[in-house]
Amino acid sequence: MTRQPVRFYQVGSFAVGNRLLNDEDRTVQSSPNRTNSIDSGHRACQGCGEVLGARYALDAAMRATNGQLVAVNATGCLEVFSTPYPETSWRIAWLHSLFGNAPAVATGVAAAMRVKGKSEVRVVAQAGDGGTVDIGFGCLSGMFERNDDVLFICYDNEGYMNTGVQRSGATPPAARTATTVAAGPEPGNVFGQGKDLPRIAMAHDIPYVATATVADLHDLEQKVERAMEIHGARYLHVLVPCPLGWGSASDETIHIARLAKETGLFPVFAAEHGRVTSVSPIRHRTPVEEYLKLQRRYAHLFGSSPRPDIVARLQEIADENIARYGLVTEEAGESVASEVRT
Amino acid sequence: METPFAITLNAGTSRANHTGSWRTERPLYVDRLPPCNNACPAGEDIQGWLYEAESGNYEAAWRKLVVDNPFPAIMGRICFHPCETACNRVQVDDAVGINAVERFLGDLALEHGWSLPVVTLDTGKRILVVGAGPAGLSAAYHLRRLGHQVRLVDSAEQLGGMMRYGIPAYRLPRVTLDAEIARVVDLGVEVELGHAVLDVEAERRAGNFDAVFLAVGAQIGKRVDIPAGDSSKVIDAVSFLHQVAEGDPPLLGRRVAVYGGGDTALDAARTARRLGATDAVIVYRRNRERMPAHGEELEQALGEGVTMRWLSTVDRFEGGRLVLETMRLNEQGFPEPTGEFEELDADALLLALGQDTDLSLLKTASDVVVNDGVVQVQASMMTGEDGVFAGGDAVPADRTATVAVGHGKRAAHGIDAYVMGTALESVPKHELATFEKLNTWYYSDAPRTERPELERIRRQTNFEEVVGGLTEENALFEARRCLSCGNCFECDNCFGVCPDNAVIKLGPGLRYEFDFDFCKGCGICVKECPCGAITMVPEII
Repeated sequence: MTRQPVRFYQVGSFAVGNRLLNDEDRTVQSSPNRTNSIDSGHRACQGCGEVLGARYALDAAMRATNGQLVAVNATGCLEVFSTPYPETSWRIAWLHSLFGNAPAVATGVAAAMRVKGKSEVRVVAQAGDGGTVDIGFGCLSGMFERNDDVLFICYDNEGYMNTGVQRSGATPPAARTATTVAAGPEPGNVFGQGKDLPRIAMAHDIPYVATATVADLHDLEQKVERAMEIHGARYLHVLVPCPLGWGSASDETIHIARLAKETGLFPVFAAEHGRVTSVSPIRHRTPVEEYLKLQRRYAHLFGSSPRPDIVARLQEIADENIARYGLVTEEAGESVASEVRT
Repeated sequence: METPFAITLNAGTSRANHTGSWRTERPLYVDRLPPCNNACPAGEDIQGWLYEAESGNYEAAWRKLVVDNPFPAIMGRICFHPCETACNRVQVDDAVGINAVERFLGDLALEHGWSLPVVTLDTGKRILVVGAGPAGLSAAYHLRRLGHQVRLVDSAEQLGGMMRYGIPAYRLPRVTLDAEIARVVDLGVEVELGHAVLDVEAERRAGNFDAVFLAVGAQIGKRVDIPAGDSSKVIDAVSFLHQVAEGDPPLLGRRVAVYGGGDTALDAARTARRLGATDAVIVYRRNRERMPAHGEELEQALGEGVTMRWLSTVDRFEGGRLVLETMRLNEQGFPEPTGEFEELDADALLLALGQDTDLSLLKTASDVVVNDGVVQVQASMMTGEDGVFAGGDAVPADRTATVAVGHGKRAAHGIDAYVMGTALESVPKHELATFEKLNTWYYSDAPRTERPELERIRRQTNFEEVVGGLTEENALFEARRCLSCGNCFECDNCFGVCPDNAVIKLGPGLRYEFDFDFCKGCGICVKECPCGAITMVPEII
């Protein structure tokens, strides 16, 4: 078997750009002509992962649709920090209705465009994890079930951060929130609850389901691009660390997202019609402690009265993910999968 | 104002909200000192020329390189590359093969006949350079570039000093040596060979020189008193290598012992093997860990069949029989005699016990201070005598060709300041780009490309070059393994990861700047910069 030689470009495809690569192999974000769908002056916290995820995803969607895009937003951080009257940070067609109805509104926009004969206009709906897995879940499931032509993006920061860091159906076990205090024999959020929405979405047999993090821009942009090639209901679940709610340093946002993937706690994969088609293998396998220790929401697991037993249970979850999605391959530790080949 | 259907409010842009006021710390683009540059005795901007080589811009890379060192093809062969020892990539996989890329660039330049920049300046100052080894040649080069007239004298018949008479041809082919030296001479250096300077002051006065640079090297092999029978052949390794270089090798016999543990000992043993010695044994009084020779050379010597007698000293040499005393290292690591003896058959003994400098030419230069056989110099490389500078093996430093080249450059700048009556400017060094300042996640995994080595059997008998060069493909690969420590290489990470779109991309080669109207000071750009070229500083209120 002849293997194509890997040409080596210093940072390969890990960094945002690369002066040694052709323009078409660089990311949307590396271009000075990117849309900047969400503009400067927004009121997101320092180091906000969600605003980064939103710009990455929407700029990629704007390029994929030649700017023919309408974005519908559920209530949540993203909506609140981007549009305090009389200012807006949105440089794209954008609308907001209620917390729970973004999928239904997006369905309506898509229907209206179809009726008006504007088939080139594509629709994206976006929400935080609260608006997706809890409050908007009924509408979302309906949108999936009807296979409406909408890409729904969930920016998952694992809680209701805007209203004061309350637990959501996406909050991981053991994490401290305002409503899952770090006290008692089982501190923080309970084990065995919550929803794994990417898998629920896959169970609807919709054409495309994928997960991504703000740490791997190339992967995220590729997934948005793939999603925009497909018509019907599509779901993208993006992990976006929240310095405020997770109690992490503002400069650690991308690092933490990377560790979520490298520990196996957040599996990164894509699925079409209910079947997993690709996974992002772990490059440097990392124990969960490395991820947990950077976040104060897990501080009760360490320090003067540590809980190695709980850490071990979290490690089990990571290991299960690794086994379920095959995140550790023979080539783990290598970058072969994401290396640019010519 | 008219609003579209169902729109009741006119919205303004959020750019009216200058979030820069949230900031308590601000990011700052910096250039840090890459460890390779810091370690280079010749003061090369290694990261700088690798950056050019990464884009396949080899001529630009070479031009950047020769600003500091006119001998890339020579250095790419004989330098002990402290840059690679210092390289941060060691902590990722393996050091960047800087030396191999340097050689590739040097050879490419010779192949294409790239010439050094023409000297256009003429200051009218005349400088005498005594000694045409690496230090003298480097000084001549830099002095010419600064516009001074240079007269280069050497007692030998050919240029190159120890590069020719000390380093065997299998490490440095003479074609390469000659070509790179010729390029320097072509800049308009007056050369006088076969001329031994006996009195530096007299020579200076006679030629009306404004300054002198002494690069006389350390040519005299140290002798120790070893009782030896009349028929026993004892030669010092420096003379031996010199004779071989002149094409007049002495007859040594089949069994050769070399006494000493430095690079010269290895060179002598490897040369003896090539001249037909079946046994080439190095006798050294300490062990491998404490051997001053460079590990890479030792590996090559062992690979060629040179053997080692560790922890041994030569007691006497009689009738083809060497008597060795076994040593033991004490707690301080010094060898102590044990009183136990063994014998070793040998036809000749080569002494490689260090070298001394012949400083008799300084007899009338009374202000020159000599300590431990070497000339004391200031930072400008000036000796105690006004206008007399010194460098290379004759001054206290590591005795390598690269150090000598660095001395030549420093002395040239010292001399320039002296003859022009200006102050020697010392540019403050940037902060060191240590490994902790990098984010190595972003670099592709890539093991080092090793240079091919001649098969051992072939190299035992001839003086063909042992270490081969890289192909273009390999050289490019190797250059691209550079992490660009501390110096922006425009990967767009800061531009991409800013949650506030507060990084402005200025275009190719122009890097980036921050938009402090909106930068909230989160520090993600600092954390995610692969090469550590951004830092956070407190906001001044």
